[in-house]
Amino acid sequence: MTTIGSDLSTPATVAQAAASSSPAVPDTCYHCSQPVTGDTPWRATLGDAPAMFCCAGCQALAETIHSGGFGHIYRSQARFATPLDETAKHEAQRRWLAYDAPELMAQFTRPVTDDVVECTLSVEQLRCAACVWLIEQTVEKLPGVQSVQVNFATQRAAIRWKPGAIKLSDLLREMAAIGYPAWPFEAARSDAHARRERRSLLMRLGVAMLGMMQVMMYAWPVYTHENTIDPDHLSLLRWTSLILTLPVVLYSAQPIFAGAWRSLRKRHLNMDVPVALGIGAAFLASLVATVVGRGEVWFDSVTMFVAFLLAARYLELRARQSARSGAEALARQLPATVERLTGWPDAIEGECAEVVPVVRLKRGDYVRIRPGETIPADGTVRAGCTDVDESLLSGESLPVPRTVGERVLAGSFNCTSPVVVEIAEVGAGTRLAGIVQLLDRALAERPPAAVLADRIAAIFVAALLALAGLAGLVWWWVEPARAVQVMVTVLVVSCPCALSLATPAALAAAHGALARRGLLVTRGSMIEAMAGVTDVLLDKTGTLTEGRFVVTAIETYGEESATSCLRLAAAMEGVSEHPIARAICAEARARETSAVDASAVDAISYTTADAASVVSVPGRGMRMQTASGEVRVGSARFVDEIRKSTVAPRHASFANASASTAAIAATHVWLGDARGPIARLTLQDRLRDDARTLLAQLRGQGKQIHLISGDAPQTVLWWARELGITQAQGGVSPENKRNYVERLQGKGASVLAVGDGINDALVLAQADASIAIGSGAPIAQAGADAVLHGTGIVAIGDALAFSGQVRRVIRQNLGWAFAYNMTAIPLAVIGWMPPWVAAIGMSLSSLLVVGNAWRLSRGMRER
Amino acid sequence: METLFLLIPVSLVLVGAVAAVFWWAIRSGQYDDLDRPAQSVLLDDDNP
Repeated sequence: MTTIGSDLSTPATVAQAAASSSPAVPDTCYHCSQPVTGDTPWRATLGDAPAMFCCAGCQALAETIHSGGFGHIYRSQARFATPLDETAKHEAQRRWLAYDAPELMAQFTRPVTDDVVECTLSVEQLRCAACVWLIEQTVEKLPGVQSVQVNFATQRAAIRWKPGAIKLSDLLREMAAIGYPAWPFEAARSDAHARRERRSLLMRLGVAMLGMMQVMMYAWPVYTHENTIDPDHLSLLRWTSLILTLPVVLYSAQPIFAGAWRSLRKRHLNMDVPVALGIGAAFLASLVATVVGRGEVWFDSVTMFVAFLLAARYLELRARQSARSGAEALARQLPATVERLTGWPDAIEGECAEVVPVVRLKRGDYVRIRPGETIPADGTVRAGCTDVDESLLSGESLPVPRTVGERVLAGSFNCTSPVVVEIAEVGAGTRLAGIVQLLDRALAERPPAAVLADRIAAIFVAALLALAGLAGLVWWWVEPARAVQVMVTVLVVSCPCALSLATPAALAAAHGALARRGLLVTRGSMIEAMAGVTDVLLDKTGTLTEGRFVVTAIETYGEESATSCLRLAAAMEGVSEHPIARAICAEARARETSAVDASAVDAISYTTADAASVVSVPGRGMRMQTASGEVRVGSARFVDEIRKSTVAPRHASFANASASTAAIAATHVWLGDARGPIARLTLQDRLRDDARTLLAQLRGQGKQIHLISGDAPQTVLWWARELGITQAQGGVSPENKRNYVERLQGKGASVLAVGDGINDALVLAQADASIAIGSGAPIAQAGADAVLHGTGIVAIGDALAFSGQVRRVIRQNLGWAFAYNMTAIPLAVIGWMPPWVAAIGMSLSSLLVVGNAWRLSRGMRER
Repeated sequence: METLFLLIPVSLVLVGAVAAVFWWAIRSGQYDDLDRPAQSVLLDDDNP
């Protein structure tokens, strides 16, 4: 439950389902906002108001928070997670303990001092800043803990503690106890590298900004009182400016010089070359003028140059680093530990099990996978049979049965019963890793939008250098004394500031606006690509639909009421992790909270007390032995098997009941006994609330809509008809999905792909622009340009409209920057441009560009 | 105006001090997460 499954079972989604499917608004838990029944035993008076809770854990937490004087937290928009219950805690305990082993400790922790270590944890269920607050408050109070820092943006926590005083497993348990399961995260070396890069660039930017502000201040009196200023003061101001410019040129501008040098060595001109030349020439000329005591100085221009350029670079770096690499996503997709059976099948199963890190698995090892766990490697089932949820890998919405001798894939989720798996492929050999490799290649092959901009820059740069050289030559001939000054002015005034800020500033503002709507952009080229999109490719399961079953109808064939049938089915399905079972249980819980028909409960001939005898039959259903005979829940054939002709049947038979089957996309679960069917439950993957709004919006924008899914073709076609989508295809493999997009692109279309599963990762990487659904697979998110968190998918349509607006602003900015250059450069060439006019023009044009971009951050329109 | 010969060098020292503080702030990770501190202010109790 560490990775994939957790999103499906968060209390929030269950609460949502319950709230929307029952007519009466239920009371909610004071702490975690889950619905609770009116007769809950967990009540307390907090402050002066009465409060209800869904469980003892929530109550204890809320009371602790109130007694600590932090009750005001609940008045803000806090949405805490539900504390883990005892059984879940007991299950996780084995895995927590595994992390205390010295070799795993060595893998995940770093020593800080002699007796203090630091560990980075990946925290689940973080929902708001109040969660961060709660974790920090709680963990900091534990003995031996020195500091806790939770980063809400990256969902990670860095904890420093004394291993002698408290164990890692205790920390994990304490965090789970307040509702936040956390797992040690092996901070990749690239993480530390990225942080160093970000910090160093920020420091350079800070130095340049400070230098710029101070030098501007010293330049101002010179500009305004050029003729009346005292020569001593002038020289003082110049020397001070020189001292302040030195660190800016030597330290802050160092990446620019390095970039120019690299570009020269590769014989490919980029913007760094004229910038470096301009900075170098202006600085050297000013240095000479200062030392000699005559001539112009350009210290203000130099510092402003560097500061604005670094600002643009910092914006770009932040956006680039938020993109996740495929390798890291792969690590998040799989569990960290697994239960290995040494010496199986000869040894007794209970004695040979040990929890080991997944990285130590070898081909031929036997591992036990319990229900609710993710399979860590490709392998073959050697004992037991179960249902495996491969929906994230294949898009298939229903779990598939797997029995002895059949293959299971890394990254799939075990639903029903424990199995022993012999490992066939680990790490890079697995199907999952293969998809990741294809993904990385697709990303590398995609022509980035920046290439074009770079080519334009190269031409612009070459022309500029030629012009500056020419101007210098001409002036050398006309008036040698002014030749150097004119050359420097041309380089300075060409002001790549506005040009280089035009795009990054607009994109940064737009990214901010999109992030507020829940769309986290990870690749800078995304918005520009979105603006030209003609076709939208949608995935079905988990994208247009919620990827989760909901009970839509209950037909009964006996005297029992629908509610009591549902309750019976839920009691039998309670032990299963199968998505259908969970849907039935969720529905039953939702109905419990509304009024229950008391007489109906007595009418049913089986009580839920027999639930202990439930046996799961993978791929078919559940059966339960009771005093009054066997009851089954599952597929029609499975339930029909126990019908006896000797017993008086109910009026409905399976044959005529199934004739009424309306929708292919629906799944039916039967409840029956020896007398035939008792009830039929119809379950359907539910359409997202705003799916139709999104489709209408896309049609309004004139986009072609394609529905391409790995799910069964007839299901996909049914949904396509239901939603009025003409281009639909089902049963498509990840590679074929990619080919589909390639064909569209071959016909000149520009494609936006939206998906959530591992099977969508390739298509997301191939498409011109792509959005992954945040609750889906991390690998899909690695392939996508943007990740949609939280809010409805209608944000996709809004973002498409918004991207057009962003493109307009970028064009305005570029247009302005070019227009400015076109007027300023000729003036500089003929020598009519005094340096102070160049400086003011330069800052004004940069401010204009940034101000124009800022309009975007006020946001996209809410619809 | 002689005071400029004192005040301008003083301003240089100030810039150096500000840069040092900035360096310390970056090194101690104060710019790593800009969302949480902004929100945590709201979570503090104003009237304990």
